[in-house]
Amino acid sequence: MMKIAKYVAYDIIRNRFVLLYTLFLLIVTVSMYSLDSDAGKSTLSLLNIILLVVPLVSVIFTTMHFFNSYEFIELLLSQPVNREKVFISEFLSVALALSLAFIIGVALPTVLLANNAAAVYLIFSGVLLTFVFVSLASLASVLTRDKAKGIGIALLFWIYFTLIYDGLILYVIYSFSDYPLEKVTLLLSSLNPVDLARIVILLKLDISALMGYTGAFYQNFFGSSTGAIYAFLLLLAWIIIPLWVALRKFIRKDI
Amino acid sequence: MITISNLNKQFGKLRVLNSISVQFNSGISYAVIGPNGSGKTTMIKCILGMVVPDRGEIKVGGESIAQNSGYRKKIGYMPQIGRYPEQMKIGQVFDMIRDLRHDEKNLDEDLIREFKLDKLKDKRMHTLSGGTRQKVSASLAFLFNPPILILDEPTAGLDPVSVEILKTKIHSEKNRNKLFLITSHIMSDLDELASHLVYLEEGKILFNDTIDLLKEETGERKLGRAVATIMQRNLKAETL
Repeated sequence: MMKIAKYVAYDIIRNRFVLLYTLFLLIVTVSMYSLDSDAGKSTLSLLNIILLVVPLVSVIFTTMHFFNSYEFIELLLSQPVNREKVFISEFLSVALALSLAFIIGVALPTVLLANNAAAVYLIFSGVLLTFVFVSLASLASVLTRDKAKGIGIALLFWIYFTLIYDGLILYVIYSFSDYPLEKVTLLLSSLNPVDLARIVILLKLDISALMGYTGAFYQNFFGSSTGAIYAFLLLLAWIIIPLWVALRKFIRKDI
Repeated sequence: MITISNLNKQFGKLRVLNSISVQFNSGISYAVIGPNGSGKTTMIKCILGMVVPDRGEIKVGGESIAQNSGYRKKIGYMPQIGRYPEQMKIGQVFDMIRDLRHDEKNLDEDLIREFKLDKLKDKRMHTLSGGTRQKVSASLAFLFNPPILILDEPTAGLDPVSVEILKTKIHSEKNRNKLFLITSHIMSDLDELASHLVYLEEGKILFNDTIDLLKEETGERKLGRAVATIMQRNLKAETL
């Protein structure tokens, strides 16, 4: 399996997309930290950009790469190589390449320029989010044969989790504002990997007071080590479940 | 060597393979022909495990191919349109496949030599012409000395010299008790390369015997004319 991953990774590295992505992240991160002397504020601004860009780039690059590798996959499957290995190698190579870009582009300058707890969480969540969206996009890629459709489905995941879902939560909170909703919002946020990452980082930035009573509740929950483990396990589930479904589909797929 | 029993495959509403049962034996080369869309490539892809059949079983060398990948060591496959990772060089493609199957030592590099691919080894795949890609595909198919060779339109896109090189190679391998499955629309090539004929139409096998018998039956000397005769006969039978 490592051999296949090696060749996929080689193909990705030759593609300039990941390099451009790394440069983009690097420029954004460095400029964010040089704009404001308060590292906390910079981390917050950076957070907002990263929560949009990382999932978007992950879904687009993964689907594009999957459909562009169709020939490669076809070639491998005519050899004595089993499908699980091919699929997992594709997933790992893409996820690791994008994570590496994130680590070089965001983690390195962040560690050098702002060494606070929130930054560590930001790095950690960024990598996990990359894996989550690569996993979701892998699922989108095996659901259809058509490249445009595949990218469409993947973008739908992105729009849903970064834009629509928050709207839905707001709507629920607004409609049921007469009831105590802390636990419900906690549950609802758990169903969205982006929200999960956002909350964990925001709490580390000590601005949870701005979020009122819910913020205090979250602080209480996520501030404890159980809360952090809970968030981590959920993000892990967000990686494994879509990937597992995608793998099942891929094994039965006609190439 | 390959036993297919009751194979069915449907793409949406289109029934591509309709209860196909056939056996291919070692040492014989089979021409698989039929009109466009008759299920030739689908049948081949089922044997390779690329297309998963709805029903039916395929056995290669006695073992079922379902959820199995090791059996593909026995098969060399030359696809109709060989497409490769665009950024890779010819040499890298060969190195990669060799690397993936590093435990196999009995390599056959005749075609790489005869097609002079080692001189092109630093060319990237996206710069190659269709014919050169076919040469790469052919060389890869023969590389591991497999007992079964499946060639999908092997001569399409090759220049006359290369066609002859490939044909000579097929002839010499045939004498080494290998099983060939060849599809082509060029009847004269098949006449030269194959001794048996499997005729597919609308997902069914309508003829499966020696080419000599077909010629005898239709009273034609050339395979092309003989096939045309049975195709027309089928057409008539349908309209009646």
